[in-house]
Amino acid sequence: MPARGPIAASALYLNVFIVAICGLIYELLAGTLGSYLLGDSVTQFSLVIGLYLSAMGVGAWLSRQLETQLARRFLDIELAVAIVGGASAPVLFLSFGSVAHFQAVLLGFVGAIGVLVGLELPLLMRLLEGQVAFKDLVSRVLTFDYIGALAAAVMFPLVLVPKLGLVRSSLAMGVANAGVALWGTWLLRDQLGRARLGLRIRAVIVLLAMLVAIGFADRFTTWAEDEMYADPVVFTETTPYQRIVVTRGRAGFQLFLNGNLQFASADEYRYHEALVHPAMMAADAPPRHVLILGGGDGLALREVLAHPSVEAVTLVDLDPAMTKLARRFPALGQLNRQAFADHRVTVINDDAMVWLDEHPGTWDAIIVDFPDPNTFSLGKLYTKLFYRRLLARLSLGGAVSVQATSPLFARRSYWCIIETMRAAGFVVRPYQVTVPSFGVWGYALARRVPFEPPVHVPGLALRFLNDAALAAMFDMPADMMPVPVEVNQLDNQALVRYYEKEWRRWE
Amino acid sequence: MSSTRRDFVAMLLGAPFAAAIGCGTHAPRIPPGTLIETGMTRGHAVIRDRHAAPAVQTWRTHAVVIIGAGVAGLAAAWELRRRGITDVVVLELDDVVGGTARGGQTAVTRYPWGAHYIVAPQRDQPDLIALLRELDAIEGEAADGTPIIDEALRCREPEERVFYRGRWYEGLYLDAGASTEDRRQLAVFRREIDRWSAWRDAGGKRAFAIPTRMSTGDAAVTALDQMSFAAWLDGHRLSSERLRWLCDYACRDDYALLAADTSAWAGLFYFAARQRTGSAAAQSVLTWPDGNHTLVRHLASRAAIETGVAVERVDPTGEVIAVGKAGAFGVRARRVIVAVPGFVRSRIVQPAIASGDYGAWAVANIHLRARPREAHHAPPAWDNVLRDSPSLGYVSATHQRGRDRGPTVWTWYYPFPGDARQARTQLAGAGYADWAEVVLADLERAHPDVRALVSHIEVAFWGHGMIRPRTGALFGGARAEHARPVGHIHFAHTDLSGLALFEEAFDHGLRAAREVAEALA
Repeated sequence: MPARGPIAASALYLNVFIVAICGLIYELLAGTLGSYLLGDSVTQFSLVIGLYLSAMGVGAWLSRQLETQLARRFLDIELAVAIVGGASAPVLFLSFGSVAHFQAVLLGFVGAIGVLVGLELPLLMRLLEGQVAFKDLVSRVLTFDYIGALAAAVMFPLVLVPKLGLVRSSLAMGVANAGVALWGTWLLRDQLGRARLGLRIRAVIVLLAMLVAIGFADRFTTWAEDEMYADPVVFTETTPYQRIVVTRGRAGFQLFLNGNLQFASADEYRYHEALVHPAMMAADAPPRHVLILGGGDGLALREVLAHPSVEAVTLVDLDPAMTKLARRFPALGQLNRQAFADHRVTVINDDAMVWLDEHPGTWDAIIVDFPDPNTFSLGKLYTKLFYRRLLARLSLGGAVSVQATSPLFARRSYWCIIETMRAAGFVVRPYQVTVPSFGVWGYALARRVPFEPPVHVPGLALRFLNDAALAAMFDMPADMMPVPVEVNQLDNQALVRYYEKEWRRWE
Repeated sequence: MSSTRRDFVAMLLGAPFAAAIGCGTHAPRIPPGTLIETGMTRGHAVIRDRHAAPAVQTWRTHAVVIIGAGVAGLAAAWELRRRGITDVVVLELDDVVGGTARGGQTAVTRYPWGAHYIVAPQRDQPDLIALLRELDAIEGEAADGTPIIDEALRCREPEERVFYRGRWYEGLYLDAGASTEDRRQLAVFRREIDRWSAWRDAGGKRAFAIPTRMSTGDAAVTALDQMSFAAWLDGHRLSSERLRWLCDYACRDDYALLAADTSAWAGLFYFAARQRTGSAAAQSVLTWPDGNHTLVRHLASRAAIETGVAVERVDPTGEVIAVGKAGAFGVRARRVIVAVPGFVRSRIVQPAIASGDYGAWAVANIHLRARPREAHHAPPAWDNVLRDSPSLGYVSATHQRGRDRGPTVWTWYYPFPGDARQARTQLAGAGYADWAEVVLADLERAHPDVRALVSHIEVAFWGHGMIRPRTGALFGGARAEHARPVGHIHFAHTDLSGLALFEEAFDHGLRAAREVAEALA
C-alpha cells in the first residue's frame, strides 16, 4: 500500500469544472443531432435532457458499489467518458444512414454518458473526503459543477457549433476529457501507486485517437452522407435555403438539393438543351435580353450564352451559395463553361416571385428552371399569379420555357402546370424529352400569341438537339396525354398536393 | 427572472408553464422593444383633464364633421365623397388613424396591429366590391356575378397550422389522432353549419349574413342569441374535445370570449356566414401584409383628417366643441357623424347610452432577423396556432407576399376572454419586459430557438378593444335605437352591430353617410 500524500484539492476543482462542461456538451450535441436528423427539437431535447439527468442519478447511485481504488476508478471512468462522449457525434452521424433505430442509438449514448458522468462527482468527493471540511467540499464541488454547466451552455451555441461543427465539437470534448484524465494521473499520483503508468499510457492513446479523429472530421460528415447517396459525396454545404450535396461517380458528378437530384453531368446536356433552345428559337426575333429564373448551376445559362444574339442575361436564383458554387466548384465551372464570368451576365439572389413583382422590365426569352414543386414555398412559383407576373415581363414577340416535372411519373402535376399557364393567359405547347438519369421529362413552351413550335435548329454545335429530336419532343405519347386538373392558385396550391401524391407511388 | 415577472407569465400563460421556465439558472434575454400607446392613456387623460367648458378660440364651418377615424368614420367619409359631399372633416383623438385596424411598417414589410383579413364579398355587397375595385383587388367575375378576388390577395395556402405536443399539424382542426366519434361529431357540426349557410327566410334573407344587418329577423334564428354557443353545442350533443376547442378558438379569435359566454347566434355566425373553417365550400379570405390597415389607408387617403383632437361635446344642432393641438375650437356643421365606441359617445353626446361589454386584447409584433428552424412537419402557414396556449398564436406578415426566408414580422394575438375590467386592473403595472417575456415564452413552445432571432418586439394592450357578443347581447336590446339620429347627429360604429368586424364598421359608416346625404339633399 503506497503512502497517501495530500491531494491538490484546488486543481481537482478545475477538474470538476471541465468534467461538467464536457458532460453538458455531450448532452447538447445529442439533442442537436437528434433534432437535425429526426426533426422535432422539442421532443429530442426533452428526451435527451430527461434521460441524461436520470442516468446521472443512476451513476451516482452505483457509485456506492465502488469500494476500493477510488482514484484509479475515477480516472478510468474519465477515460470512458472521453471515448464514449468523444465518439458520440461521429458515430451518430454514421449510424443515421444505416441504423434503422437511430433514436435508440442516440438515447443509448446519452444514457451511457449520463451514467459515467454521474459516477464521477461522488467518487471525486470521496477522494477529497477528510482533506477538506465537508461543508466546504460540497459547496466547492457543486459550485464548480454548476458553473461548468453555464460555461458549456454559453460555449456550445456561440463557439463550438459555429466554429467546430458537431462532429469536431464532440471529438474536442473527448480530447478535453482524456487530457483531464492524463493530468489526473499526476494530481492523484500518490493514490494511484503502480496503476499510474498503465493509466497514463491509456490516457495518451485515447488523447491521440481523438486528435487523429479530429483530423478526419470532414471525412466523418461525408461518410454519413455517403450512406444516403449511391456515389461518394465530394461536397456538402448547408445554406439557409437548402442542403447542397455533390456526388462523384464513374459517369461524372451529380448535384442534389435537399436530397433531390438536380442534374447528372453525364446527361444534363439533354435536359438543358431541351429546356433552353426551343424558347430561344420560338421568339419572333433572335432574343437579345434573356431572363433565367432558378438555374443557379449555370447550365441553362451556358446554353443561353451560346446564342450570339444575346446581349444581356439576368439570372435570379434564391440561394447565393448555389451561384457561388457554380462559379467556384471547379468541376461545375467547367461544366457550365465559366458562364458566370461572362460580362453579359447579371446574377440576382432573391425569391423569383417577389423579384418579378418588384422589378419592371421585359425580356425576349425567359427560362424557368425551378426545383420540382415539392413544398408550398416552391409551389407558389407555379401558380397562376406567378405566371401572370411572368407574362407581364415577356415581350410580345418573346417566348418562355418552363421545366414542368415528368409527364410520365407525375402526369397530373405536369398538366396542372400547363393548364395553370394557360389560365394565366399563355399560349402553351407541351413537350418532353428523355433524360436517362431523370426519366421522361416535361416542359412547357409558351408565348403571349398563338404560335407553332420551331422546326429548325440553328447551327450551334449542340450534342442532342437536331431537327429530328425537336420534332419528336412536341409529340406527346398516349401515356402522357392530358388529364383533367385544377388550376394551381395561391389559395389552393393544388399542384403541391398532386405532386406529393404522384411521386409517392414511385418511391 | 424576477418573481413578479414570473407571476405575470403565470397569470397569462398558466402556472405550470411559468414554473417550468422560471427554474433556469440565468434570466432569459429580453430583446429591445416598446409598449405601444393605443390611445387608452390619451383617452383617460382627456377624461381626467376635462375642463368644464373650454374657451373656444375660433369657430369653423363644415358641411359634415365626422368624429373618429376608425373604419366606421373613414367609411362614412369615403361614402360622402362618392356622393359628392367634399366639405367633410374627420376629427381623431389619436395621432394615427384606423382605430383597432391600425398598422405599422419597417423596411422588411408592413404589418397589422388588429384584424388581418376580410371575407371575400358576395354579389349583394356592392359597396365593399366598389372599395375593392378601387384597390385593384378584383380580377374578374364568376358566371353568377360573384366577384373573383385578385389571386395575390387570396390567402395563400397553407392558411393555418396548429402546434400540438411538440409538432405542427396542417389546418386548425386537429385531425391527427381524432377518434371515429370525434370525426362523426365534426361531420354533424359541418352539416349544421351547411344547413344554416343555405337557410333562407320567406323573403330570401340569410340566417347569418355579412353585414349582419342583412340577416333575417326570423325569431327561429334570433332566438339563438338567448343561449350560449356552448349550450347550443350541448343541445346537439357535440362534446368532442377537438370540436369544442375549435369553437372556443373561434370565439376567442373573433370575440375575445369563450363559447360558454358567447351568443350562439354569434358563434354560428362565425362559421356559417364566413365558413372560414366550417365547410368545404369556404369563401376565400382576403389579406394584406398589414391586414385591414390597407383598407384603412385607402379610405383615409382622400379624407381630410385632423389627428390629436379631443372632442369635448357634440350638440344636436351640429355644434362641436373640441380641443386640438392649438387650443379649443368649435365647428358648426350641418351634420355630425359620431363614429366612436359607446363609452366615448356617452361622454360627448347626450343622452348617454348604456355601455356594452368590451374585450381586452394584447397584440405584439415580433420583428425577426431570420426564421426559426422548422422540422419537416406542417410547413409555416399564414396563421400559426398554439393549441395549448391561451394566446391565438401568430400571423406571418410576409406569408402572402411569398417571402419565405429571411427577416419577417409575426403578429401575436392574446385575447382576454374574462372580465375586461379585471384584465385592465391586473395588467396595469406590466412593463415592456413583462409582456415580451410572455410573448417569447409562448412562442418558444413551438420555436425553441426564436428568442435569439428576435430583433425587437412592440406590444400593444387594447384595454377596451372591441364590443363582445355575449349571450343575449345581440337581439332585443336598444341597439337599433342607438343607431337612430339625435337632432343633426348620426351614429356609426361596430358597437351598433354588437360584432366588431370590418364589414360591420364599414356598413354603419355607409349607412350614416347615406342618412347625412339624404338630409343635405
